[in-house]
Amino acid sequence: MTVALSGKVVAEELSKAMPGAVVSSDEKCLLVDGASVREVGEWLKTSQYVFDYLANLTSVDYVDFFEVIYNLVSLRHNHSLTLKTRCYERENPSVPSMTPVWRGAELQEREVYDLMGISFEGHPNLKRILLWEGFAGHPLRRDYL
Amino acid sequence: MEEEVPGMEVEQAPAVYSSHGLNVAEGAEIERLRSTNVQPMPDPSEWLDEEDITKNILLSTVEKVVHWGRHYSTWPVNFGLACCAFEMISLAVSRFDISRFGMELLRASPRQADLMIVAGTVTWKMAPAVRRIYDQMPEPKWVLAMGVCAISGGTFRESYSVVPGVNHIVPVDVYVPGCPPRPEALMYGLMKIHEKVMSQRATDTLKVPLIGGPKSS
Ligand code: SF4
Repeated sequence: MTVALSGKVVAEELSKAMPGAVVSSDEKCLLVDGASVREVGEWLKTSQYVFDYLANLTSVDYVDFFEVIYNLVSLRHNHSLTLKTRCYERENPSVPSMTPVWRGAELQEREVYDLMGISFEGHPNLKRILLWEGFAGHPLRRDYL
Repeated sequence: MEEEVPGMEVEQAPAVYSSHGLNVAEGAEIERLRSTNVQPMPDPSEWLDEEDITKNILLSTVEKVVHWGRHYSTWPVNFGLACCAFEMISLAVSRFDISRFGMELLRASPRQADLMIVAGTVTWKMAPAVRRIYDQMPEPKWVLAMGVCAISGGTFRESYSVVPGVNHIVPVDVYVPGCPPRPEALMYGLMKIHEKVMSQRATDTLKVPLIGGPKSS
């Protein structure tokens, strides 16, 4: 079975390589700074952990902030990690795109953009995917309706 | 062999191998057939010599023959959109087997289709495709809305992205309720379509108002 890595253990290694990137960490997940999330992704992919597969990318609206969640899996070492980042802006939330790191992020980032309204900087083709052009609002936001 | 004594009937006792009542009865029936059917029957020859004109002509109306042909070859266009599609698929395979109605050609092409089974939730994003496929089907055509989603939006009626009933997009002939309807229910709906086909008039004009569809160019 896939072993879920402790966020604390990874955070220790990460803060050695990239000081200041880690915001907090616990047994379940690793929360990193929004500005450096793509560098963290690159590091996770190329470091000894070899997270070569982005299993899922999703987002949550906590009203005070948005959280973008990356579920990473290493097919080489058969372990997984939950990476999170936060975005406190409500009008124009924006997070660096993970598409250059994991190609599989492309459609999932479009879905998050479509339904939650978070834009991803550096995404090659950021447009609505499930709803149509001209649809007003982002329906998975708490304040929709 | 015993000598036959004139004036006296000799009754030969049947050979008995079994005391089982059913066997005895079967044996008696076979013996009866053997004793009565000694001559071959003449061939039923009357109709062979009938006049050509009376044996080759069957009287009906054009309407009836055309509709009979139509309702036993209603080819559906494959239009599974959500969970209901699986009940439609099970209608097509061996247990329910719609090839009994001449409907087994569930094709993904509207060009030869007569019936559109809208099985599942229609979203607004899908709506133009539904209408386009409907427009591409040749006349005469029928539409069956399967499941509460296709009928009225169902659970998702208030949702931001779901069409509140496929009859906003295309005219519907038969509604089959359920979430999902069992294949038996769908089959009943198909029979209602058959009834509708049979009761149409050849002189009917196009029943479909060409409203709101994509512009034909
Ligand atoms: S009616 Fe029920 S089973 Fe059919 S598509 Fe809707 S939710 Fe699914």
